[in-house]
Amino acid sequence: MLEVDIRIRRGAFALEARLGAPTPGVTALFGASGAGKTTLALALAGLVTPDDGRIALDGECWFDAAHGIAVPAERRRIGYVFQDARLFPHLSVAGNLDYGARRARPLVRYADRDEVVALLGLKGLLERRVHELSGGERQRVALGRALLAQPALLLLDEPLAAMDVARREEVLPYLETLRDRYAIPMLYVSHQYEEVLRLANHIVLLADGRVAAAGTPAELGTHPSLQALIGAEAVGAVIDATVATVGPASGLAEVTIGRARLRVSLPGATPGAQVRLHVLARDVILATHPPEGLSVRNAFAGHLLELKAEAADSVLATVAIDGMRILARISPAAVEELKLAPGMAVWALVKAASLRRQAYRRGESAPVPL
Amino acid sequence: MLSAAESEALVLSLRVAAESVLLDLPLAIALSWLLVRARFAGRPLLDAFVHLPLVLPPVVIGYVLLLLFGIHGPIGSALRSAFGIRLAFTSGGAALATAVMSLPLMVRAIRLSLEAITPGLEDAARTLGAGALDRFVSVTLPLMAPGILAGAVTAFAAGLGEFGAVITFAGNVPGSTQTLPLALYSALQSPSGEWAAARLAGLSFALGFGGLALAELLARRLRRRLGQ
Repeated sequence: MLEVDIRIRRGAFALEARLGAPTPGVTALFGASGAGKTTLALALAGLVTPDDGRIALDGECWFDAAHGIAVPAERRRIGYVFQDARLFPHLSVAGNLDYGARRARPLVRYADRDEVVALLGLKGLLERRVHELSGGERQRVALGRALLAQPALLLLDEPLAAMDVARREEVLPYLETLRDRYAIPMLYVSHQYEEVLRLANHIVLLADGRVAAAGTPAELGTHPSLQALIGAEAVGAVIDATVATVGPASGLAEVTIGRARLRVSLPGATPGAQVRLHVLARDVILATHPPEGLSVRNAFAGHLLELKAEAADSVLATVAIDGMRILARISPAAVEELKLAPGMAVWALVKAASLRRQAYRRGESAPVPL
Repeated sequence: MLSAAESEALVLSLRVAAESVLLDLPLAIALSWLLVRARFAGRPLLDAFVHLPLVLPPVVIGYVLLLLFGIHGPIGSALRSAFGIRLAFTSGGAALATAVMSLPLMVRAIRLSLEAITPGLEDAARTLGAGALDRFVSVTLPLMAPGILAGAVTAFAAGLGEFGAVITFAGNVPGSTQTLPLALYSALQSPSGEWAAARLAGLSFALGFGGLALAELLARRLRRRLGQ
């Protein structure tokens, strides 16, 4: 458990963060620019000293204003991957990788150099000079360098923010690989919801220097603060599911969520794999009767929990289905016509094809313990 | 080509300039670090003080050195009684006077390279487990290398030609403190020295120009290596 309860005031900006992040696991520090994400990350690393409060990782105290404890950054064993990579220009890629490795305590070695080089695809880059690398390559080297310092916590401060969307795809899979390979706690700072959904198993939502909400992606998917941040288009339920069966050729998989079964396009999935589905509210249709004669394969019986006016022309409906919640965006006219009201029995229809892009595959292998 | 006395002056000049650079290097690195990184009240004053040799007449520097390091000066007498070292009117004194004169040149070059270091690299080193001294040696110093090198070569080339401070503090003793410019000055004083003066002037010109060109070349190479 990473426990943080700190206060930092710098001029007009104030950060008052109190949060707990499960370890191991990936916790996303999610929020708009200026919400205080980087300040919080710097405080965790020891590069910014809080005015007051306490920081501890798995019982090891790094900062405690009340007891005068402030472990210097160089002794906290935090792997910090900066947005601008910050590779040392006077060293080669290999020299950068070895910089932290040489300073790591021998007793805590878990990341092996050859393995990290292979996992991050750095073999062909080792002799290169840092300024010859592309943005994606730089971040991969920065990741390797941080990891080889054998950190107790890996802090990723918007490592993809300086890259365009295509380049991000050159780094994201490596982040997933590291997450699945090592049981190292990770804190991933981002303002990209897609990245957060893909990597994190816990989200801390930061707004105006405070923690606005915290929980699993599934829990936060229906949270109003999150919806305000990600924009109407991205609003939808987040569901962690297990692949039950996979069709032989079509790639259409059946996944189980509690007692419910959902058909999803998941080419290449294997039975037993964990997947995360992002069911966009705009792709869900509500019916007051069991549907017939439709091409939609996924119809769930449930009951209406809540109706919330989003804008003049849309209402967000929350439907409870076997313990999971699905969001549907409908028009005020539909609410009136169908006489929708909380508590009513409804059917939620989800088109299998619309789920495809939002399906994130998650790792299955057991990670290396620290 | 050169007479025995002239080559003696050349060798002495090279030695004095080299010693002055060695004296300056640690001081210039420390001063640059203080001027760029440290925050303290007297920083503008220190900055002005370091640059004084650029604006003062060199003879004033020589005079102040005589006051401080002369045999009756506070530092001079202490050095003499403690270590038996005498600086005034010795080649060591010539190196000291040269070092004081070229210190601002070196500080300027080193300071520029320190200011050019990408902010945050030292923080990155910190998170990788490097303590303060370790960071300075493994990150800051190598990144300052282009400035240190350029500063050292410039100071060396300038040191070959230092005149006023050297003649005031160290005198003009052939074989001991008579460097190239001093030999040139003496040659001009003698009725038959015109040809010798011309050769010494040509030699000074070649050394100075070569030194500056070398400084630029080396600094460029290093910067390219660092991708700056």
